[in-house]
Amino acid sequence: MNETMALGGAAAGPAALAVERVSHAYGARKALDDVSFSVRPATFAVLLGLNGAGKSTLFSVITHLYAARAGAVRIFGHDVARQSGAALAELGVVFQSRTLDPDLSVEQNMLYQGALQGIGPRQARARARDLVARMGLADRLKDRVRQLSGGQARRVEIARALLHAPRLVLLDEPTAGLDIKARADILALTRRLVAEDGVGVLWTTHLVDEIRPDDQVVLLHKGRVLADDRAVAVIAAAGADSIGAAFSRLTSGAGEEDA
Amino acid sequence: MSVAARDARRPFGLAAYLVCLQGIVWRESLRFLHQRERFVSALVRPLVWLFIFAAGFRQTLGVSIIPPYETYVLYDVYITPGLIAMIQLFNGMQSSLSMVYDREMGSMRMLLVSPAPRWFLLTSKLLAGVAVSILQVYAYLVIAYLWEIEPPTWWGYLTILPALALSGLMLGALGMVLSSLIKQLENFAGVMNFVIFPMFFASSALYPLWRVQEGSPWLATVCALNPFTYAVELIRFAFWGKFEPLSFAVVLGCTIVFLAAAVVAYDPSRGMLMRRGGG
Repeated sequence: MNETMALGGAAAGPAALAVERVSHAYGARKALDDVSFSVRPATFAVLLGLNGAGKSTLFSVITHLYAARAGAVRIFGHDVARQSGAALAELGVVFQSRTLDPDLSVEQNMLYQGALQGIGPRQARARARDLVARMGLADRLKDRVRQLSGGQARRVEIARALLHAPRLVLLDEPTAGLDIKARADILALTRRLVAEDGVGVLWTTHLVDEIRPDDQVVLLHKGRVLADDRAVAVIAAAGADSIGAAFSRLTSGAGEEDA
Repeated sequence: MSVAARDARRPFGLAAYLVCLQGIVWRESLRFLHQRERFVSALVRPLVWLFIFAAGFRQTLGVSIIPPYETYVLYDVYITPGLIAMIQLFNGMQSSLSMVYDREMGSMRMLLVSPAPRWFLLTSKLLAGVAVSILQVYAYLVIAYLWEIEPPTWWGYLTILPALALSGLMLGALGMVLSSLIKQLENFAGVMNFVIFPMFFASSALYPLWRVQEGSPWLATVCALNPFTYAVELIRFAFWGKFEPLSFAVVLGCTIVFLAAAVVAYDPSRGMLMRRGGG
């Protein structure tokens, strides 16, 4: 815990993630409208929004799949569009869709990720062993991914995202399609990464029960940021009694504005 | 051990590039070994042509002495380079179009989130596909050898290798350009109809160009403009231990153009990926 405090105190440095006035449109449809927020190092931040809120677009922009039409994204001060190499080296990603090769073993999947990060097989193998063990899957290292359950595969994906020791990890609806136990496990594992290892996390979800009072919540609705604060502060500002109530109050308000 | 235990973050140096390329090729080969059906169908396709089509045609179609051949050759010998190029054409289209699959789109995103430059990642991905296509070609050549189709000297099996690498790269790059234009995999049938078949038939794969010229000068012009013709001829000459400068120049030029187009298509700020919404 002391380590977390120390890292929290060092927040005077660049933000783990800084999204600065990002706008994007597909043709006439605005997907992101002047979106700004930042995530400090060693913070658990939740990007909350319904389907179609613009989360996927934002994710694509942060992971450099394509550039936003306006604005900038910085990862530890590195502009994703201009210094993509340096920015992406600090970033680990767990995509919403399953991206492990089902026919390859857990270890082979990890080694592939190592190669993509320029880490040779020997070093990657040692790191993969440690990380997979931390995810509670030490005995599954040689198993094919096909033989794993959905929750286990997700944990492997988290281990994989950590292989190159990034300081920022993005998870796009990582609990989608998992049962209650697997959801809780993955959430707990990820929170531990923030607390014990000082990793900054941006966790995308539409499930309010994954949010704790102290988490930073960025509420995205119809491409705009409606709230960006600690969960308790968002609840208080909305005059609600829970984050779920705050969420529906804020989003329905935005709906009226539009109408 | 801490997850965030970090060695000093070094820039992506030459060693890292090599590790990256090696890893991409290694993964593609592993995946290929696990997909037996893909291997079998890649092998059956040209063999059907060889055992049925060529066997039927060898009586009706004599091939006169044209370079690189110094004697009369059987029709099965003549179409072997065309079938080799067909293996590479299918492989190039398939491995690139597989990116269109949603699931593949996921692994494509895994690839593109690597800190290595995008042109390097795309080229590595292409080279991996080429490596797989070369495995398929040599498997075909083993069976062709048993069918008594062999180059004049054993060197042919070696001299064909650089030709295969270059033609595979050209066809893979073409597939990559197409993959950025196509929205859904159902369109593979469209690619078959509008790309694979015309490229294959309007080329020197099945009949020498002088024969086509006799039948239809118009078609001969189309064949002469088709880059696939030059891939076939490059392979044909190389298999016979010879070098054909014009084919080499055309295939090299097309490779560069297609590759550049693919890099533009996957460019984050200009790309087609944006229009698609990134899945």
